[in-house]
Amino acid sequence: MPGEYAVELRDVLKRFITPEGRDLEAVDHVTMQIRNGEFFSMLGPSGCGKTTSLRLIAGFEWPTAGEVFIDGIPQGHKPPFQRPVNTVFQSYALFQHMTVYQNVAFGLEMEGATQDEIKKRVGRSLEMVRLSGMDRRHPKQLSGGQQQRVALARAIVKTPSVLLLDEPLGALDLKLRKEMQLELKALQQQLGITFVYVTHDQEEALTMSDRIAVMSQGKVLQMGPAVEIYERPTTRFVAEFIGEANFLDGRVKSLKGKDAVVTIPAWGADLAGLCTAKLHVGDEVAVSIRPEKVRLTDAPEGNKNCLEGVVTTSTYIGSDTHVYLDVRGQRIKVWEQNRTSVLDRRGLYRAGTKAWITLPAENTLVLARA
Amino acid sequence: MSEQATSITRNRTVGLLSRLRESRVFQGLALISPANTYLFLFIVLPLLMIVVLSFLSRGAYGNVEFRFNPSNYARLLDPVYARILMYSLAVGFGTTVITILIGYPLAYFIARSPARQRSMLLFLILVPFWTNFVIRIYAWIMILRGGGLLDSLLQGLGITQEPLGILYTPTAVMIGMVYEFLPFMVLPLYTSLEKIENSLLEAAADLGAPPWRAFLRVTLPLSVPGMIAGTILVFIPAMGMFVLPDLMGGAKTLLIGNVIRNQFLTARDWPFGAAASMVLMIMTLVLTLFYTRKAGFSEELLV
Repeated sequence: MPGEYAVELRDVLKRFITPEGRDLEAVDHVTMQIRNGEFFSMLGPSGCGKTTSLRLIAGFEWPTAGEVFIDGIPQGHKPPFQRPVNTVFQSYALFQHMTVYQNVAFGLEMEGATQDEIKKRVGRSLEMVRLSGMDRRHPKQLSGGQQQRVALARAIVKTPSVLLLDEPLGALDLKLRKEMQLELKALQQQLGITFVYVTHDQEEALTMSDRIAVMSQGKVLQMGPAVEIYERPTTRFVAEFIGEANFLDGRVKSLKGKDAVVTIPAWGADLAGLCTAKLHVGDEVAVSIRPEKVRLTDAPEGNKNCLEGVVTTSTYIGSDTHVYLDVRGQRIKVWEQNRTSVLDRRGLYRAGTKAWITLPAENTLVLARA
Repeated sequence: MSEQATSITRNRTVGLLSRLRESRVFQGLALISPANTYLFLFIVLPLLMIVVLSFLSRGAYGNVEFRFNPSNYARLLDPVYARILMYSLAVGFGTTVITILIGYPLAYFIARSPARQRSMLLFLILVPFWTNFVIRIYAWIMILRGGGLLDSLLQGLGITQEPLGILYTPTAVMIGMVYEFLPFMVLPLYTSLEKIENSLLEAAADLGAPPWRAFLRVTLPLSVPGMIAGTILVFIPAMGMFVLPDLMGGAKTLLIGNVIRNQFLTARDWPFGAAASMVLMIMTLVLTLFYTRKAGFSEELLV
């Protein structure tokens, strides 16, 4: 197998012309490498170019410029039926006039496999998605979750080198979706093939992926493992799109390697923080801190990154208590984990009580404001 | 006592009325009764009359005599009429096949056009219906007659020297029939083709099907319901057509429709005309049923 990358997009541009006659760069000079056997997710809001990127790999679209490589081979203008990839469609796109068996067998028939071979492989594929015994049904006679499994079985039966999944769980209810997430991940490990997964659901991406590419407006903003994306976002957009965060506007006062001191005009105070991207003294920045990373105490803890505030609301949600504070005119949210069982939790941070927040410097991220 | 009895009767009447009003069956019957009345008066009743008529005898002066006579049907076995029946069948069949061959690509093209152009194209398909059928046939006569538009065009371009002499031949009848029935094939075909989502064709391609195989395995089977509907809409009226063969086929092309018309209006042999009508109807019914079964007109295709 040539190369370590299952899929590579090299400086790919895809331009569409909108009905209004304007140019739209759906995919704007994207470069990404997807490793063999990896569960790779493209994550972003709708219209960010993730689905177009997937369609470029599948061959439903051809790049305006740049090149798509699969297994190290440039794909050029190869049509979808000549590419070693298979797709699970968002709408499932099952053939309603065929039975489950015929749907799954379709790809093998196109390959010219013998009936015996087809029978064996369809059986195995249906077994993998736990649909054995359903082969004579028509898609219309199946539940949404079952149809989803048929789409999956149909796509894996040819053992493609890359499986493309376009928001395959979007139409399922939450409980089923969570179940399928784990199942998909297990299936990927069992098959050992590369999965390229498109989703707008950050939790889904974090749960399943080895690596995530966060996209916005046709560009890849950040690419890396889930932990890195969540703990060390490099832009405000990524920090905001994935999980929750408190943001404060500021200006870089001093820099020492990655450690920065940022002046927050709204607080009239300096904060120590960590740079995740290249910045300069004097840059306008956004300081970001996750709500669960803020420490909440009833007395000051030292004097670094520690401020006094007033609790405005406190909501008990079972595993956590969400506390909102007014800290010198800025609204700060803090998620406190309920590690001990104290029945009157609301009493701990009742609205109107004073509290101190501490922002640990290693989790106080200094980000470009874009 | 008697007051009580009246009150009970009244209550019972009111109860019955309201129950009747709430009954689904009654509501359904009430809704379809205008259409039902119409259908009964103008379809079922005349049909019954034709059935009865077909077993009666022609009087000496073209009147109908109430004397049982099954020989009307036997007469249809006469080679002259049998040939006409076969010929009508062939014309109906030919019209259907040609409208499918011409209409399918057209319907496909419209269904695959951008949404905004689609309604315009469909509108163009319907435009001919704005003009009376007979007038449109005369337009075709102008085109096809010796020295007509087609001849002058072909001769003007130097393609032919002699007039083609198409008019008043079976070819002219076929041209007219296909022209007349094409929209009835295109519209149902369009409806079923338009419903086929693009993602299905993408899925077929994704699974390794080149476009022609995707067409044969996905598009074609999914458009079968439209083709069946189109066939019914074309074949049945084409079998009974008589105005068009009269005008464009001259006296040379006789279809079963012409025979029926002649029996009723010219020969004044109503019982024989009725028998011919019955045979035409039964033949069409049987063929249509057979065809829809054969073509896999099963539930799965309808959903």
